[in-house]
Amino acid sequence: MFASFFEYDFLFKSLLAVLFGSITAGIAGSYIVAKKMVFLSGGITHSSFGGIGIAYFIGMSPVLGAACFGVASALGIQYMASKQKVSEDSAIGFLWAFGMALGIIFVYLTPGYTPDLMSYLFGSILTIHNTDLIALAILALILLFFFMRYYRLILYVAFDEGYARTFSSRVDLFKYLLIILVSLVIVLNIRIAGVVLVLSLLTIPPNIALLFTGNFAKMIIISIIAGFIGMLSGFVASWYLNIPTGATIIFTLVLLWVISRIVTRRRWE
Amino acid sequence: MSTLIELKNISASYNGDPVLENVNFSIREGDFIGVIGPNGGGKTTLLKVILGLIKPTAGEVVYNREKLKKNRIGYLPQIAEGDINFPVSVKDVVLSGLMIIKGHSARMSSEDRKKADYVLQELGIHHLSNKSLNKLSGGELQRAYLCRALIGSPKLLLLDEPGNFVDTSFEQGFYEILKDLNETVTIMMVSHDVGTISTYVKSFACVNRKLHYHDSGRITTEQLKAYDCPIQLIAHGDVPHTVLKRH
Repeated sequence: MFASFFEYDFLFKSLLAVLFGSITAGIAGSYIVAKKMVFLSGGITHSSFGGIGIAYFIGMSPVLGAACFGVASALGIQYMASKQKVSEDSAIGFLWAFGMALGIIFVYLTPGYTPDLMSYLFGSILTIHNTDLIALAILALILLFFFMRYYRLILYVAFDEGYARTFSSRVDLFKYLLIILVSLVIVLNIRIAGVVLVLSLLTIPPNIALLFTGNFAKMIIISIIAGFIGMLSGFVASWYLNIPTGATIIFTLVLLWVISRIVTRRRWE
Repeated sequence: MSTLIELKNISASYNGDPVLENVNFSIREGDFIGVIGPNGGGKTTLLKVILGLIKPTAGEVVYNREKLKKNRIGYLPQIAEGDINFPVSVKDVVLSGLMIIKGHSARMSSEDRKKADYVLQELGIHHLSNKSLNKLSGGELQRAYLCRALIGSPKLLLLDEPGNFVDTSFEQGFYEILKDLNETVTIMMVSHDVGTISTYVKSFACVNRKLHYHDSGRITTEQLKAYDCPIQLIAHGDVPHTVLKRH
């Protein structure tokens, strides 16, 4: 009785993680794919590992450490690119490895065994903490609100920043807000797919959506649905086959892309 | 004719280099001004100062707020920075021209969509409304961006080298559209092709750090020299030809 309740509880939590994960990754992913910021997002992802390492070392929550590092590196890349005359892709390459290096050094320096380390590298949806889940839910709500309320502005800033400046003096503010939200989405989804795999969680569903639509709003909606289907089937498959969840989810998402590509092939011929 | 905008002793720089010096100039209602001058002479900077995108280092821009609310300036940039592969339809691009009126949390109503339909129809690209930008030719794209500039019913239209990526067959038609528009809209257009636009413009502004205003649609080489405006005059004949400078 107790065992089945326990089983039910963590399965239920994983299901919620899949739901909030697909909402956050679908929204933020559509933005980074449409705006061609995938490499920047890769930089944020990997540099956040530095935050995980430092958090282990000083004994705070790794997710919190990753969040601080993710946001700081996102803003750091933008700052380096705009003020320090470093090209943006170089700034990304710089912080990408720097974050990883810091993470490795601090994990090494941390005395004793670092229990969850593998789950941060490769994801572990089954062991997701309540606090991570609540944070993910709040982030999903914030993103839904933000994108629904400012949809047009986000669309036009992403599409043509130069023209957006003719009607808004807050283009930079919105760009920074969006990149902060993207960093938080990446960091909180690390729990699901891990530092190494999380980027695909954000990039594959929007690319599935792009096979079906050329409209940004529809792209977001289809991304969320495709992400949910891909993540759920990956989760179920990994459960029955007893293989790592994060990796299986990426596999099913790619499979979903291939199927979508075949289904929509007529449109592109 | 009343003045829409007055530039008083404007100096401005671009990337730290001074490009405009002590410019005094008025845009009068109903005018069709051709802005000419050498590359790097400050033509685009001038438009951006008027739009408020570049803050002048000295002087001030005075807007006639009765005639010209902020939303009444339409702008067609020289190089549209928009990514043509972005998942956005022609109609949505056109609707962005209404953002200045509607504000940050804009919702587009069916009335707004009708406005978009109307300008798209006027410029003959309504059949492309739902297409992505990467399906459009250069001329169609230019017309779509012109729709974006026109949807807010501007009183003043600022155009930066609109002939640049329009195919020659459409160029003539494009200027005819502008000529019709000029009956209700004041136009200021940057162009390198003095020959073609002199048929359409009512006056010239030569911009080469300083600005000289010439109140006629005809301008000669001598006048350009006097204005210190070293540009290439383009002659037009039945057979396209290039006249080179005497050796």
